[in-house]
Amino acid sequence: MHFLKQTKPVKTTSTNLLTRLHGNAKFNTCKASALSLPLPGCFSWLPPPAQFLYQPCVGDGETFFLHFSFLQRLFLCHLTTSASPPPLLEGKPIPPPPPPQHRCAETKTRQTRANSVPPRASHGKGAGPPLTARGREPRPPRARPAHRWPRPPSPSRRIAPWRLRTRKRAPRRAWPRGGPGPGFRAARGAMSEVVERTLSALPALLGPQHPAGPGPGRPSAGSRLGSLIRSITALTSKHEEEKLIQQEIASLKAMVSAPTTTLRLMKECMVRLIYCEMLGYESSFGYIHAIKLAQQGNLLEKRVGYLAVSLFLHENHELLLLLVNTVVKDLQSTNLVEVCMALTVVSQIFPREMIPAVLPLIEDKLQHSKEIIRRKAVQALYKFYLIAPNQVQHIHDKFRKALCDRDVGVMAASLHIYLEMIKENSSGYKDLTESFVMILKQVVGGKLPIDFNYHSVPAPWLQIQLLRILGLLGKDDPRTSELMYDVLDESLRRAEINHNITYAILFECVQTIYTIHPKSELLEKAAKCIGKFVLSPKINLKYLGLKALTCVIQQDPNLALQHQMTIIECLDHPDPIIKRETLEILYRITNGQNVIVIVQKMLDYLKESKEEYAIITLSGKVAELAEKYAPDNGWFIQTMNAVFSVGGDALHPDIPNNFLRLLAEGFDDRKEDEQLRTYAVRSYLTLLEEENTFYPQKFLQVMSWVLGEYSSLATDVDPEIILTRLHSLLKKTFVTSDTKAWIMAAVTKIASHTSCSKTIDKLIKEFSSSLDTCMRQHAFELKHLCEDKVLMKNLLPFDASCNDMVVDASLSFLDGFVAEGLSHGAAPYKPHHQRQEEKLSQEKALNFEPYGLSFASSVSSSGVTGRQSPTGLSFGSDTSGNSAETGHKETNTLKLEGIRKLWGKEGYLPKKESKAGKPDEPQAASCGNLLAGQVIDPPASQSDQVSSLSEEEKEKQQLASTLFVGLGSNAGVSLMGKTDVATQKFKRKSKINETQTSEEASDIQNSAASTFGPLLDTVPVNKEDCEGNKHTRLRKPSLCSSDTVEDNLAFETPQSLKKPGLDDRLSDSRLSPLSLFADGNMEIFQPSPSALCESANKTLSVPSLPKELEELPHSEVVELCQSDALALYLCKVWKDDSLLLAVFASNKKSSALNTVNLVFEKAEHFQILESPAHQFSVIEAQSVEHCQKCVWMDKICTQGILPGSISYQSEMESCLEFSVTLSLLDFIRPMEMTTEDFGKLWLSLSNDVKQNIKMSPSQDSLSTALSTLQQKLKLHIVDIIGNEGILACRLLPSVPCLLHCRTYSGMLALWFRSPCSALSDGLLYQCQKVSRTGSEEPSCTLKSSTRRAGWL
Amino acid sequence: MIKAILIFNNHGKPRLSKFYQRYSEDTQQQIIRETFHLVSKRDENVCNFLEGGLLIGGSDNKLIYRHYATLYFVFCVDSSESELGILDLIQVFVETLDKCFENVCELDLIFHVDKVHNILAEMVMGGMVLETNMNEIVTQIDAQNKLEKSEAGLAGAPARAVSAVKNMNLPEIPRNINIGDISIKVPNLPTFK
Repeated sequence: MHFLKQTKPVKTTSTNLLTRLHGNAKFNTCKASALSLPLPGCFSWLPPPAQFLYQPCVGDGETFFLHFSFLQRLFLCHLTTSASPPPLLEGKPIPPPPPPQHRCAETKTRQTRANSVPPRASHGKGAGPPLTARGREPRPPRARPAHRWPRPPSPSRRIAPWRLRTRKRAPRRAWPRGGPGPGFRAARGAMSEVVERTLSALPALLGPQHPAGPGPGRPSAGSRLGSLIRSITALTSKHEEEKLIQQEIASLKAMVSAPTTTLRLMKECMVRLIYCEMLGYESSFGYIHAIKLAQQGNLLEKRVGYLAVSLFLHENHELLLLLVNTVVKDLQSTNLVEVCMALTVVSQIFPREMIPAVLPLIEDKLQHSKEIIRRKAVQALYKFYLIAPNQVQHIHDKFRKALCDRDVGVMAASLHIYLEMIKENSSGYKDLTESFVMILKQVVGGKLPIDFNYHSVPAPWLQIQLLRILGLLGKDDPRTSELMYDVLDESLRRAEINHNITYAILFECVQTIYTIHPKSELLEKAAKCIGKFVLSPKINLKYLGLKALTCVIQQDPNLALQHQMTIIECLDHPDPIIKRETLEILYRITNGQNVIVIVQKMLDYLKESKEEYAIITLSGKVAELAEKYAPDNGWFIQTMNAVFSVGGDALHPDIPNNFLRLLAEGFDDRKEDEQLRTYAVRSYLTLLEEENTFYPQKFLQVMSWVLGEYSSLATDVDPEIILTRLHSLLKKTFVTSDTKAWIMAAVTKIASHTSCSKTIDKLIKEFSSSLDTCMRQHAFELKHLCEDKVLMKNLLPFDASCNDMVVDASLSFLDGFVAEGLSHGAAPYKPHHQRQEEKLSQEKALNFEPYGLSFASSVSSSGVTGRQSPTGLSFGSDTSGNSAETGHKETNTLKLEGIRKLWGKEGYLPKKESKAGKPDEPQAASCGNLLAGQVIDPPASQSDQVSSLSEEEKEKQQLASTLFVGLGSNAGVSLMGKTDVATQKFKRKSKINETQTSEEASDIQNSAASTFGPLLDTVPVNKEDCEGNKHTRLRKPSLCSSDTVEDNLAFETPQSLKKPGLDDRLSDSRLSPLSLFADGNMEIFQPSPSALCESANKTLSVPSLPKELEELPHSEVVELCQSDALALYLCKVWKDDSLLLAVFASNKKSSALNTVNLVFEKAEHFQILESPAHQFSVIEAQSVEHCQKCVWMDKICTQGILPGSISYQSEMESCLEFSVTLSLLDFIRPMEMTTEDFGKLWLSLSNDVKQNIKMSPSQDSLSTALSTLQQKLKLHIVDIIGNEGILACRLLPSVPCLLHCRTYSGMLALWFRSPCSALSDGLLYQCQKVSRTGSEEPSCTLKSSTRRAGWL
Repeated sequence: MIKAILIFNNHGKPRLSKFYQRYSEDTQQQIIRETFHLVSKRDENVCNFLEGGLLIGGSDNKLIYRHYATLYFVFCVDSSESELGILDLIQVFVETLDKCFENVCELDLIFHVDKVHNILAEMVMGGMVLETNMNEIVTQIDAQNKLEKSEAGLAGAPARAVSAVKNMNLPEIPRNINIGDISIKVPNLPTFK
């Protein structure tokens, strides 16, 4: 009748155990006699107390417990079906049971007992609890406690310390309080025993009269739960259930808040509440009562209270604080059960801030005499380690002690901690390797007491844990791996295959062997093991085998070849999970030759699958493979279409984005690009031709973007047709408003290059009166644009989606308007946080804070923070710098000054667009061209095979050969003559040249160089760009050097496509020794000798810094301007007190230049310390002169331009103009101070800027985030405490800015304080930029193409 | 780490749910529903492992389940757990339940939710496997039950008797007697240094 159906192989042990646990012969007879009595309403069968009192052996409590619970069930039954005598105890067979058929028939009538389902076939796992009715089995007499004190075979002294004490394990099984040992018993004497028994018998005797009893007037809580469940199961609809539970909750609410409710009743209430919560009904009113129960109840009630608390609350729940005291009290209790409960609750939920309150107590517990307590204490510490590793740092040696604990259980618990710690930092624990190996050796060798065996395997879970640890330790470490070869070999050998659990160990073993430094012998054995898994008829093992193959295939592709037929079979396996895992293997072995078959298989699976997770992951993989290995345009577009339509809207947003970017950025060949785009346009038009087909939103968006951008490429298609298609889409109901915006954007774009169109007129008319405001807005915009075709053409140039756009996000063009407003007396704008701050400070009556230190306030305020639009990553616009932040502590004149820049005498000053970071379109050898001829073969041959062969076996063979083609170096199955076909066709073009020789790559890696791309024209170096470039460059080489599967398996990477032309333009540089910045870690550039030579070849002579400046951190020397006579170079030197501009004038002529005058114009934001002019009296032929100018930032801006000119006399008077871009960061210096000073200064500063920024995954911890800030922004890290950090910097000469950082859930909360708000704003902006470039890095694109589609 | 342990019946009614990671109430219910949806669709004769379950953790999530007549036992774990190990842990759990309840059935789980939770707490603590030895677990549970029963009995007894018995039960007493234990309590640390 019970739901267990599997038979247990080791029957003898279980029977033995049962007898041990549930008593002796006497108990059995007693029970049997009781059960044979008539049931309802009759309690006379209770054994007389005397029977309990004089039973000579321990375990009466247990006996009693059984009776008690049995009673409860009886009551329950009796109450709920009070009229008729219950034939079953809620379906529980009462021994002696009726004949099986009869029982079956009975149960079938009861709906609640769904287990009338015939027992199913075993899953093929060995064990299961016994099926037979145990009540009737005669049991051997129970072993006396004295016999249960086994002396294990005398342990060897040489083994691990915990082993020495293993024999102590036995006592722990006899709970000393419940069943005291013989000595204890003797000491206490017979009398106390009698008292104890009497007391334990009491509740049973009192039972009927107790509240839980079935008195007619007073319904018991237990029965309430019973009736509740009963009525719930009787219900038919969810709605009714809801009503019922609400009723129940209402009555519970009344009951728990009633003052008369006893704790005992409360306990019952809690159980019912737990039930309600489990069904998903909130019962928050009971939480506080659960805590109260845990506080006040006796053991039984306390336990329920704790249980309720751990089920109801979570770590951050505020009520949890109320529990801390109780936990502390219970930890100090002398009662073991209480201590256990407290430890359990601590390891489940505990507020992180309160850890210090209990930590010492738990540490004490590590020395407790009971191993169960020690074990739970270790587990609790593990929890602490997880949630607050810093707080348990000081007790790491105690973990070691736990590892050496004499009890195996404690040692096993400590392994959890070690696994976690080694995962984080394996190098710190290499010294423990030997210990782990020794422990494993003993476990494998069967040195543990037999108690630890599970299906005669010694401590399998322990073995698994140890193997994992060893795997982590031995990874990439030949020396450590050496230590474990033996034991791994032993484990493999010992794990004779007979049970699931041995497979589990084998699997771990194999994984470990493949993780650690390889040893060929072991690898061979492991491979054989994997074979056993893969070929196993048991599905679970097959699954694991495939999984192992997936991991291993990177190292050993030949293994996949060995099992190729199995893999093919698994592709058609009825279990979708197996199929998916097989596809995962195929995904890893994909190359240019088998991509078509593999993608087809994946798409087939996708079409069948309805599971969201499978769709998301698999469609991502298909898209990736298609992008990487697509043999031709048509296939690529078709595949992507399939992905979009199958993937639906669950698709990862990156997929459509990447696809569009690929189309937009194109490849190296313009013709190829156009073909691809045209193909896309045509295929979408065909798709849209069919009316009434449903497409996912994302697909529609992709379609409309492509049609909008490139429909004109399909010259033979009338734009009117496209417009009609789009128009009809707009009217479809399934199209969301989001998608409609995309479609409208497409319509607008098409309209820009067609003359008047009827459809557009219709569309405008239709949507001008639309109820949807967005659509109305779009329609109006379109209408106005249509009226001004010239503007429209300008606004929407063809194929410009990749061009960088300058967005003046600071809205500087509104400055005039704002100024006007201000002059009419409007209040200046204050940011939100400032307003709040002021509001708060107004409430304060007195200022208790000390007045701030006085800082030089020459820079008290502010030019303006230029904020970039989120899309514009790399542009240096002077417009943003010009926008004046109006209003803050500013006089009128200052304000006007800010505006005059924009509105000069000539009127509006046109902004200069700088195209920093624009790619210089490397049109070098394209992979596509080179390989175009070679990619046609595979699809053709493949389709031949699949279609023509009918015989199934043969088909599979063919499939195998197509799938595994090109796999492994000695792949005998390869169909193709040429295996080394490089078809990395759709490789995304990026700004930096990806194709560089590995030689170069390693070069760069070694020297940690930075590359400056084509930045040498008019725009001075933008530091961030360079750094970004550098990171991407650095990443590349590492990719090349590591053997990724794709590269490895596919073919030789097309590294031969070298572009020496580009390299000329790169000038390497390396880090110079740091002298100025004590914090170090800053990126400072210094041209390396090689760079110098290289440049020297190109231009005549690139100047280098004088010796005394060479030592200081400085930028690279960049060219400012150049004429045929003179070249001007600049180097920024970040001196401690100012920014030093070293300007080099190099005479290129063969005659001397006279009276060369260098003049910096007066710039609004900057101040040249001495005179702004310098005169070189003469510059000799072919020589370089230099001058130095110190600059401060006068008014804060993120980036500003310092214009200047140089005039010289050669044949005639000539003048060259140039400009230097200076960024805020050039003027930021670290500011060293103590935490105390920081605190003081913090209070004295008033201007707050707060912002949360998302941390990129690459800088997930606070310290990495801070060190990024330190490096890039030159901040000084003052202190890091927990998840908070404080940093300080100053703006030259001495305006401080303090930063307080805090991390929480992936966000970095920044809080700047500075006497000057513009400084804070500026720094905040830089921080955002830094964090953004950080997150941008992995995608390897620095180009931010402002796409017009979304927000047109 | 074990993220959650769910037991529900063939109709998707939850019978026990224990989460070792924090999820909001709503998410918990959704996870149960999603898991049921995933698991119940599976035939017999397929493997006991599932990947997925977007709510509970996406790609780093494995569902390992066993189906016993009317009940599904599902363990949601992350990649740091061994699949087969957990599968056998479920078996141990169920066998333990069977021992504690004698022929355990679905109703036992309903009416004795608290006891089932207690048994579970002995096996899995804070998401980590604590004890896998069935006998050990049963011993612990029984001992605790016994102690609690006696305590419950004490509650009704006269105060003086209670205090007398309580004092007798101090765990120090056996410690004093078993002197033999103490002398051997020297951990052999140097081997690990």
